[in-house]
Amino acid sequence: MWIIAPLICGLIFGAGLLISGMVQPTKVLAFLDIFGAWDPSLAVVMAAALAVSVPGFRLADRGAQPWFAGQYFRPGKSGIDLPLVAGAALFGIGWGLVGLCPGPALESLATLSPEVIVFVVAMAAGMVAHDAWQQSRLTAQRERLLASATDG
Amino acid sequence: MANFTPVSAAIGGVLIGLSAVLLMLSTGRIAGISGIFSGLLNLRGEDKGWRIAFIAGLILAPVIAGLIGHGMAQPKLPSSWAVIIAAGLLVGFGTRLGGGCTSGHGICGIARLSPRSIAATIVFMVTAVITVAVTRHVLGG
Repeated sequence: MWIIAPLICGLIFGAGLLISGMVQPTKVLAFLDIFGAWDPSLAVVMAAALAVSVPGFRLADRGAQPWFAGQYFRPGKSGIDLPLVAGAALFGIGWGLVGLCPGPALESLATLSPEVIVFVVAMAAGMVAHDAWQQSRLTAQRERLLASATDG
Repeated sequence: MANFTPVSAAIGGVLIGLSAVLLMLSTGRIAGISGIFSGLLNLRGEDKGWRIAFIAGLILAPVIAGLIGHGMAQPKLPSSWAVIIAAGLLVGFGTRLGGGCTSGHGICGIARLSPRSIAATIVFMVTAVITVAVTRHVLGG
């Protein structure tokens, strides 16, 4: 029955993107187009979301464990590093090119738009490519370590 | 600012924030869509159930809205397949490298006052604004 919780969360998230209009790339691009006919709606969406999530996450911090799981899964990293900045920069370029980020892209699959399907497949390929690249870097690093250990 | 829709934006934003809080309180997970989705793409890992459920809900939302007479319009994307594919690759690779997207960094991370998320959100906002400025006003002008 716990699986109902993330399903309902997905529904609420999708409803939020639909009602705010953020599921539409034209609406998102109108926010990003500060030199054109600027539409500040996305800033209001973020502010309203944060007005709920800031106190909500504080509430979660006080609880020992979630309702349907043994522990909270919180991101561990805290420092700002090159991968973070480079990744965010690349993501922003892709977002600005089309006006789709992962949430609205997945939600728009419901329209069966061929363009959206191709975008989501490319997005998945980008994710898989990143993970394969990281994996090969880790393997190379381990081999170097092993080699230097046997040399010494 | 003819297209500014503050009321629907505020209602939608509250729902997005509520969803993120409920997911954290119920399953202990961050509502970062790029992270939720990418977790489905590797063959290992057993925690796929909640990811599938969340994304199913996300996709079902417009289906249900359509049933009650508020169907979602087909999103308008660029006519060039090359641009669509390039953008998809950049969004996929970039969100994995940067560890999040608009929801994970922009809503959940900032709400947790994470310096990483605040930095990431500033960076992707700036590069997205520059990209739109270049495509619309430099190349497209």
